[in-house]
Amino acid sequence: MSDLRAQLQQVFNEPDCATNQAKPARERKKGCSQLLAPGAAAGGCAFDGAKIALQPITDVVHLVHGPIACEGNSWDGRGSKSSTSQLYRTSFTTDMTHQDIVFGGEKHLYKAIKEAVEKYNPAAVFVYQTCVPAMIGDDVEAVCKAADSKLGKPVIPVNVPGFVGSKNLGNKLAGEALLDYVIGTEEPEETTPYDINIIGEYNLSGELWQVKPLLDELGIRILACISGDAKYHEVARSHRARAAMMVCSKAMINVARKMEERFGIPFFEGSFYGIGDMSDSLRRIAQLLVDRGAPTELLDRTELVIEREEARAWQRIAPFKPRLLGKRVLLFTGGVKSWSVVAALQEAGLVLTGTSVKKSTPGDKERIKELMKDDAHMFDDLKPREMYKMLKEAKADIMLSGGRTQFVALKAKMPWLDINQERHHAYAGYEGMVALVSEIDKALSNPIWEQIRRPAPWENAAMDDELAIHIA
Amino acid sequence: MAKVTVSQKQCTVNPLKMSQPIGAALAFMGVEGAMPLLHGSQGCTSFGLVLFVRHFREAIPMQTTAMSEVATVLGGFDNVEQAILNIASRAKPGFIGICTTGVAEIKGDDLNGFLKLIRANYPELGHIALVDVSTPDFEGAFQDGWAAAVTRMVEELVDAPTLEMRLSRRVNILPGCHLTPGDIDELRDIFEAFSLDPFFLPDLSGSLDGHVPAEFTPTTLGGISLEQIRKMGSACWTVAIGEQMRGAAITLEHRTGVPYKLFDRLTGLGANDELMSFLSRISGVPVPRKYRRLRSQLVDAMLDGHFYFGGKKVAVAAEPDLLAAIAHWLHEMGCEIQAAVSTTGSPALEHIPAKEVVIGDLEDFESRARGADLMITHSHGRQAAERLGIPFFRIGIPVFDRLGAGHQVTVGYRGTRDLIFTVGNLLMANGHEPTPETWLPPPQDASRLVSLHIPS
Repeated sequence: MSDLRAQLQQVFNEPDCATNQAKPARERKKGCSQLLAPGAAAGGCAFDGAKIALQPITDVVHLVHGPIACEGNSWDGRGSKSSTSQLYRTSFTTDMTHQDIVFGGEKHLYKAIKEAVEKYNPAAVFVYQTCVPAMIGDDVEAVCKAADSKLGKPVIPVNVPGFVGSKNLGNKLAGEALLDYVIGTEEPEETTPYDINIIGEYNLSGELWQVKPLLDELGIRILACISGDAKYHEVARSHRARAAMMVCSKAMINVARKMEERFGIPFFEGSFYGIGDMSDSLRRIAQLLVDRGAPTELLDRTELVIEREEARAWQRIAPFKPRLLGKRVLLFTGGVKSWSVVAALQEAGLVLTGTSVKKSTPGDKERIKELMKDDAHMFDDLKPREMYKMLKEAKADIMLSGGRTQFVALKAKMPWLDINQERHHAYAGYEGMVALVSEIDKALSNPIWEQIRRPAPWENAAMDDELAIHIA
Repeated sequence: MAKVTVSQKQCTVNPLKMSQPIGAALAFMGVEGAMPLLHGSQGCTSFGLVLFVRHFREAIPMQTTAMSEVATVLGGFDNVEQAILNIASRAKPGFIGICTTGVAEIKGDDLNGFLKLIRANYPELGHIALVDVSTPDFEGAFQDGWAAAVTRMVEELVDAPTLEMRLSRRVNILPGCHLTPGDIDELRDIFEAFSLDPFFLPDLSGSLDGHVPAEFTPTTLGGISLEQIRKMGSACWTVAIGEQMRGAAITLEHRTGVPYKLFDRLTGLGANDELMSFLSRISGVPVPRKYRRLRSQLVDAMLDGHFYFGGKKVAVAAEPDLLAAIAHWLHEMGCEIQAAVSTTGSPALEHIPAKEVVIGDLEDFESRARGADLMITHSHGRQAAERLGIPFFRIGIPVFDRLGAGHQVTVGYRGTRDLIFTVGNLLMANGHEPTPETWLPPPQDASRLVSLHIPS
């Protein structure tokens, strides 16, 4: 466990995390090791986070070493898409029983790895350590090492018992596993001056594919996406990329930073959400590649694509404007980092009437104030009960949030759109913003709202009077 | 009849099974004003919560003691105490049902002792009922957790008998976890039609039937009240549905003297005839006209449907009581149970009309379902059905890729009738159209031709 301790401390102190750097010095030391409040906690554990981060690697076995809860209660729940192998959607677990608890689960784990390798011939096996085997002292690193050498396949330990912390921490520990055991272990057949890595993009609902065609058009090759639609060998060879983009969520910042340290791959933090951010990201990718020696004409070609796509996107958003003008949006996400999403909403005529700032830095808050003018509200920690009251009193026309608050909105008979990771629509790139505006329009203009807000006949006083007359 | 075998694999692939604590948590959700609490890492709760949200499409009240690494070593008393205090102040529940997990069980936390201590230290929490249940993740399955939670609620919440007269119309019903909120509504109608006054423990029909309440509540939206649970000793009968509920029914009988009748299933003509006779006998009310008509409609549905069921090979994977209900019903419609896979041991399994029942996973299911006409299991079977190209009917928990899981009704004459239509339509839609090649004789190789010509 001491190795894990050291790794945790290191991950917490992430120097490149802007959120962390924006905190006062004393808080900074704590990093993102938020204390979880018993009875008032929401969200997944470290194992959950690691699985989210690595499961998008498609051609490997993801084997969960633990009792049935960890995998049996959760599998096939994540929407990352694959262009080739579907193996990542098959679920593997040791399903530990009482016997394992008494005698130790290491042998069981080894046999399970062997069985999975023999039956499914994966490119590699990722083994996830969970709470129960961690408590009884199963040494997954040792088992993986033995399996690796005996079975001739990469077997990667991912040491993430749920009790070490939150989902976000699990993301980072997953990144550490890639850095320690995968990245740089193989060499690509060929490299080009146009090779990039995209880090922290999981291809949920196929969002990578809203971006990739433009990169293809520019001749930019995604050497590895970590980890959306990735194959194991791509990740293993990713250390030869010329540049990297770290997608806005800070979940995998440790991967980006350490790849810069170890392999000299410069990275920037960008986002594919929002028209402005998408353009910026393309620009910065091109610039980084040119800085690393790609021909400068790439910059011009990039500008042409940006100009064309931006025009096309605005043109497609324009027709929605008269329909959406003045509609009030409540925006609840972890921390609003994609300012250009807000910009796109405003461009479509929507008014941002309130947003959560729970996870935002002081700098973020300033920016929200600028964007939202005076009448908007910032909420630090809005309890579901208060949120329901706001919606019920119709202080907004639509709420955009994650699944957790879905029913608060719906039960208040308020249009709602999922903008978190469980969503079924892809909102990345230029295509994605057009889709988002179109989805908002669909949600707002659905004829059910008018019908379901009508009172039931027996709630209508006039009808009662009428009935009374008839009865009399 | 069936030989029950346990899969001997070391690696479970595509689990059918889910864990005990969330089964127990769901049982607690059938109580009004409840907040289920899992004593474990926060992932234990969040996985269950997401699973139920996807299945019921409802907000799910469920909390965690958020055990940290340090707490798993030093013990979780502080976490349990903090969690209860936080829940009491934030959600204001009337009832907190607390389940252990693998983490708590391995540490050896004495949850029951914790609660006694918390009770003593916080008299101001006296109005909140607290029930603990031991549900290690590494034993049993979802169904066992549900059953254990119901038994514990009976032990802790039902008043011991007094001299109070029994109410001749009152009946306790202990539904297994395979009954949906829709099933419970259907059963309530049936019992009330016999002028009986049913108390369901748990009652998911009030909490997870997907209604739109007038006010926001962070706990369950409905369910059986604590007051009603206390009074279960005043019933004249207890009806348990599913073998899993036998333990809770016996506990209730021991505690209150209320006799119980166990129905191992309520899907199918015979099973419902038995229910009708029983209800008529205990209520003294003749079977109402409505149910005589519904029976006749079911008989007609069986007549119309049997053409499409007869001889069909069906593969079913479900928790023991659901598997039993569905497999017996299919067998009664003329199907052959080609494969039966379940999650945990149960006396119900050996009676299933199949050669073998495997306690295993969906990989076992997939390998045995090859060539079947229909596959039946929860939504996790979708990949297998797709790979095999076999029509797929979703039942059980979770069903996350279809609407209305909470209202799928399989009990009663009406539920059985509608099940015949739904499943029959699937079989009908996937009948094989003949082509000129359908009846080609099998290809014969040369050696076989020769052997045919040489008289032996």
